[in-house]
Amino acid sequence: MHGYRYIEGTATLQVDLQRCVACGLCAEVCPHRIFALSAEGLEVKDYDLCMECGACARNCPVQAITVSPGVGCAAALLAPLVNRLLGRKVLSGCC
Amino acid sequence: MPQVATAASFRDFCGTVGARIGIIRRKYKVAPGIYAVGTPGSESPVLVTANYKLSFDALRLQLCGVDAWLLVLDTRGINVWCAAGKGTLSTEEVIRSVEHSRLALVVSHRELVLPQLAATGVTAQDVKRGCGFQVFFGPIRAADIPTYLQQGNQCNETMREVTFTLPERAVLIPVELFLLAKPLLITLALMFVLSGIGPSLFSLNAALHRGLTLLTATLLGIFGGAVLTPLLLPWLPCRQFWIKGVLAGLAAAVISWLLPAARYSLPEQLALFLWMITLSSYLAMNFTGSTPFTSPSGVEYEMRRGIPVQIAATCLTIVLWVGSPFF
Ligand code: SF4
Ligand code: SF4
Repeated sequence: MHGYRYIEGTATLQVDLQRCVACGLCAEVCPHRIFALSAEGLEVKDYDLCMECGACARNCPVQAITVSPGVGCAAALLAPLVNRLLGRKVLSGCC
Repeated sequence: MPQVATAASFRDFCGTVGARIGIIRRKYKVAPGIYAVGTPGSESPVLVTANYKLSFDALRLQLCGVDAWLLVLDTRGINVWCAAGKGTLSTEEVIRSVEHSRLALVVSHRELVLPQLAATGVTAQDVKRGCGFQVFFGPIRAADIPTYLQQGNQCNETMREVTFTLPERAVLIPVELFLLAKPLLITLALMFVLSGIGPSLFSLNAALHRGLTLLTATLLGIFGGAVLTPLLLPWLPCRQFWIKGVLAGLAAAVISWLLPAARYSLPEQLALFLWMITLSSYLAMNFTGSTPFTSPSGVEYEMRRGIPVQIAATCLTIVLWVGSPFF
């Protein structure tokens, strides 16, 4: 996405190009345009742009993509920790 | 079949403002089911959306001159992106809605157009297997729907990429602030108590006077983390949001320097500065949840670094602020 990059080397996206049948679905659904499909097959342009939304992995017909999906939200990650610490539900996360 | 308008009414406007501020955000829903836009027939496209009223409005207000069916899913009043991430906008929900609304009797074709961002929760092949309808992932923004339909269900590259422009960031600020009202009220009492402690055990005068200063610093910290950070996001250096927040908090601290902060003793000034920067850093870190490019792994990475610093700075702030009357 133009003008934005997040922390390098943290995204869990992995693509098994051996398995890929070049259907192009992942390239279609990725909101960060990470995949490019050409005559040579699929190319992953930039792993670091991945936001781990999981759309590509969910729609790949041959499970060639793995990513641990989730919402990139500090409140959502913090809520269960704080709630466990205090023993009751004080934070509800986001959305 | 209920007919929907493609123009906004005054009531829609008030509702949008209310939802954006956060007052009615959780209750702003439309009833799930099929709606008609224009004069659709059995060949007309079916556009699928969430039942959050702002998502529904964003779609219908772009459909002037288009004849289509809207299939509104039951996402519990949550927008497309969050619902897909949380699992309320799922393969199962699409299949359930198609069957429950008897869509197959309304249209002769077997195609659904879903927003691209729904792909996080919906597997196209499984919908086809489950109810016979083929899923097309349409553009991300509803404004591109008419072009998409004209082009025969084809997206341009720009329609498929998320953006996070200045207006898109600015509309998020009111909700961020509204959500802070309650925690702010709770900490307010604590701040006045901490401010009143002194050599004479407790001074009401000091509590009010110093408490007000602490409140001002708190508001400036909130300004740094929840207003400046979203607005200046792409221009604040560093990838990690908690550091972006420190920088935005520094800017807020400079403003406070021009305000009464300069009158206070050195430990107190230090406490105020630390507090503004820490609060701004924490709120900036929380803003990760509102952006469309932060990955959970990345957020966890920066939380491991940011939170210890924030906790240490908060403890130091309290020591300096409570201790300063004794120094
Ligand atoms: S997880 Fe989301 S952002 Fe990452 S590559 Fe897949 S579709 Fe793109
Ligand atoms: S969706 Fe899977 S099979 Fe299709 S192009 Fe992407 S990786 Fe290859």
